[in-house]
Amino acid sequence: MSSHGIKDQVAIVGMGCTKFGEHWTLGTDDLLLWSTSDALESAGIEKDEVDAYWLGTAMSGNSGQTLSRPLSMCKPVTRVENYCATGSEALRNASYAVASGAYDVAMAVGVEKVKDSGYQGLVGASHAPTDGTARTLSAAAMFAMCAPAYGNKYGVTDEQMREVLARISWKNHQNGARNERAQFRKEVSMETICGAPLMAGGLGVFDCSGVADGSAAAIVVRAEDALRYTDKPIYIKGLSFLAGAGTGNADPDYDYTWFPEINAAAKDAYAQAGVTDPRSQISMAEVHDCFTPAELLIYEDLGFAERGTAWKEVLNGTFDLDGSMPVNPDGGLKSFGHPVGASGLRMFFENWLQLRNDAPPERRITTADRGLGLVHNLGGYPGEMVSFVGVVGNQLG
Amino acid sequence: MYALGMRGILDLAAYVPYWRLNRSEIRATFGSGGGKGTRAVASFDEDTTTIGTEAARLLGSVSPSSLWFATVSPAYLDKTNATTIHAALRFDSDVTALDWGGSIRSGVGALMTALRGNDPVLVVTADIRDGLPTSADESSGGDAAAAIMVGSDSEGPLLAEVLGMGSATEEFIDRWRLPGDRRSKVWEERFGETRYVPLGEEAWNAGLKDAGITAAEIDQVIITSSHARSVRAISSRLGVEADKIALDYSETIGYTGSAHAGLALTGLLETVGAQKTIALLSLADGADVLVLRTTDAITKRKPVRSVATQIEARADVAYGKFLSWREWVTLEPPRRPEPGRISASISSRREDWKYGFVGSRDRTSNAFHLPPARVSMKGGAVDDMDPAPMAAEIGTIATFTIDRIAYSPSPPIVFAVIDFEDGGRTAVEMCDVDAESLKMGDRVEMTFRRLFTSDGIHNYFWKARPVRDGVAK
Repeated sequence: MSSHGIKDQVAIVGMGCTKFGEHWTLGTDDLLLWSTSDALESAGIEKDEVDAYWLGTAMSGNSGQTLSRPLSMCKPVTRVENYCATGSEALRNASYAVASGAYDVAMAVGVEKVKDSGYQGLVGASHAPTDGTARTLSAAAMFAMCAPAYGNKYGVTDEQMREVLARISWKNHQNGARNERAQFRKEVSMETICGAPLMAGGLGVFDCSGVADGSAAAIVVRAEDALRYTDKPIYIKGLSFLAGAGTGNADPDYDYTWFPEINAAAKDAYAQAGVTDPRSQISMAEVHDCFTPAELLIYEDLGFAERGTAWKEVLNGTFDLDGSMPVNPDGGLKSFGHPVGASGLRMFFENWLQLRNDAPPERRITTADRGLGLVHNLGGYPGEMVSFVGVVGNQLG
Repeated sequence: MYALGMRGILDLAAYVPYWRLNRSEIRATFGSGGGKGTRAVASFDEDTTTIGTEAARLLGSVSPSSLWFATVSPAYLDKTNATTIHAALRFDSDVTALDWGGSIRSGVGALMTALRGNDPVLVVTADIRDGLPTSADESSGGDAAAAIMVGSDSEGPLLAEVLGMGSATEEFIDRWRLPGDRRSKVWEERFGETRYVPLGEEAWNAGLKDAGITAAEIDQVIITSSHARSVRAISSRLGVEADKIALDYSETIGYTGSAHAGLALTGLLETVGAQKTIALLSLADGADVLVLRTTDAITKRKPVRSVATQIEARADVAYGKFLSWREWVTLEPPRRPEPGRISASISSRREDWKYGFVGSRDRTSNAFHLPPARVSMKGGAVDDMDPAPMAAEIGTIATFTIDRIAYSPSPPIVFAVIDFEDGGRTAVEMCDVDAESLKMGDRVEMTFRRLFTSDGIHNYFWKARPVRDGVAK
């Protein structure tokens, strides 16, 4: 298999991101107008200058008309969906379109209007007919199974695991409290996190990401054109997406202590980007903290920690805003909620801010000089997931 | 002697659901109703089709030409329910599946008709008995199923041979229910007694005459009816001593309607021993008598799971939960979408998996695939797999979790990843389980359940439950 990537061929030259939250007064159209207008303004261009669009949404609309109608335009709009990696998938496809030479300027936009369903939590996007034999479990329950599996394998007691997971949640809320776009802007104490009502397995409310509406957008151009739009472009270094075979729940060799799809996507993205030692080369990462055990396992799958050691690094503060490997400096899904189509692009937006030194001082990372940032999404469940890993940088080469 | 001679019972088993309602809870809640002892309660995910299937799964290997299913509470009307049992038991398509429906008498009627016939017939009877809260039907009723393999000695050793049968029929109104109603109504008991006692005596005498024996030769007699007053009245008129009247399970299981004759017969044949003459008298819109003689073969048969062991393996269900399971009260559901209806055509294509729990096994790598796959996850071989029937396999819990937010008719969901002892892994919902006491490594077995109903279509599939007594394999 060859995966050549498009390192340094494409640059992000403008981004927009709405505030995330329960937008009872805003619809999908309003959110799309908000993020795309901000992205156009950021790049200093007009709508007509964008040649083609990639729209990521999992459940807020079908077809490109979900975007072309509210923007009142007749343009190539491709709607993409890939579970929770939908937003990143929009950027991946827009970037490849530009790299191919087919278009000069493309926009990737992600949106989700979750809070119009009337239900708590995310409501599954698929309405495909079934035979009724598939699992009916919540995502929280599936990820809950990872915590005891990891603990048993690496000798982490239930009490230690409770502290580790709470520390991840605490860290993300610390960061989110400092972000004006976040849904939740309060710091949450370790005691509150540990004492929260249980949702599934050992996971309490604060171990689960929030539920929010939101939208984010990015404008991409060929790298050689980037400086026409901004003096601080962010270059695409690597984009990897994998859809797993979905056999984990039927494979006795799978032990719920890692996510093979994420590990493979990370290796692919690192190879494209030329990353050999992520801990020393990458400034920050935005990872898919849908549930706290997921973030714990992701550290190891991305090579931020050796197998079986990430839990100690969590307690040591490695992944804190001022740690040696800041993860989710914007507050993550914990603070932003998870409007499925928007989340991936929201993560790129944080990289956009941090790698350009545009993040506000109260949550600015101290490691930006390494020059690389990472975005990670997973979609699906342990044993049956899709995964995206992207690497971006503020310098060519 | 009955004309067909060596006709009788080749095998039989009963299924008693795990849950029990303490009848005293009814009076404690409402100030009336209830009584002594317990009644068996089918779980929220069981119906007459699934408990009938479970009874049949406790049989040894059987090869009927027909499967007959009798119940007062069918899961479907218009559509045959026996076909679901047929699919779960993985019978070949040339085995006929037929429903006997509607009345209590259909259970014993199906059994006696099978015994009068020439073909090997699997008779499955099942009932879930219910009534208005505090009613006699609620407290004295019970839920259970029985499966009786009827045939001739040419098909295998008979556990019991038919000596004779007798019946008496008369039209009168004792209990009734309009189609669609949720509960039956009953006439004053004293009237029914005036009909049932003479009908019972008529059938009893006819049965003895057909068998060519006298009442004194009977070793044990089962008397079964929803009409308790008539049971008491007739028991002293049969010419059989009181100590020969068999256990009726009213204190533990309750009266299980069309399944009760089969249940009581199963319990008796599991304990009575060889060369005994036993009689069954059933009073339901008439009277039916069946006289049997146990053979030496019965001493060699060890039930997979006896009625007695199932009475012991139990847990209490709170009265409030019982009322919600029976939909007399509706509890606030999780604020999550209810599942959509299943697809008939997909279910048909996946019949082996959905109803039979048959996966596939890669011939090269031996990897099990649950659900079945065409392309192997180990090695990638295409269309090179054998069917892997897993319903009778025992598994252990690799990991599990409790889901408090997913939709379930009775939350929370307990979900486990199961490793089967002879290979294969699957992730399934657990049932009949106390989540707090569950541990990794616990042994589980598969059980056929109704997951939910949507648009009037029942979604049947398999769940796992802890192994508590005899193993069905």
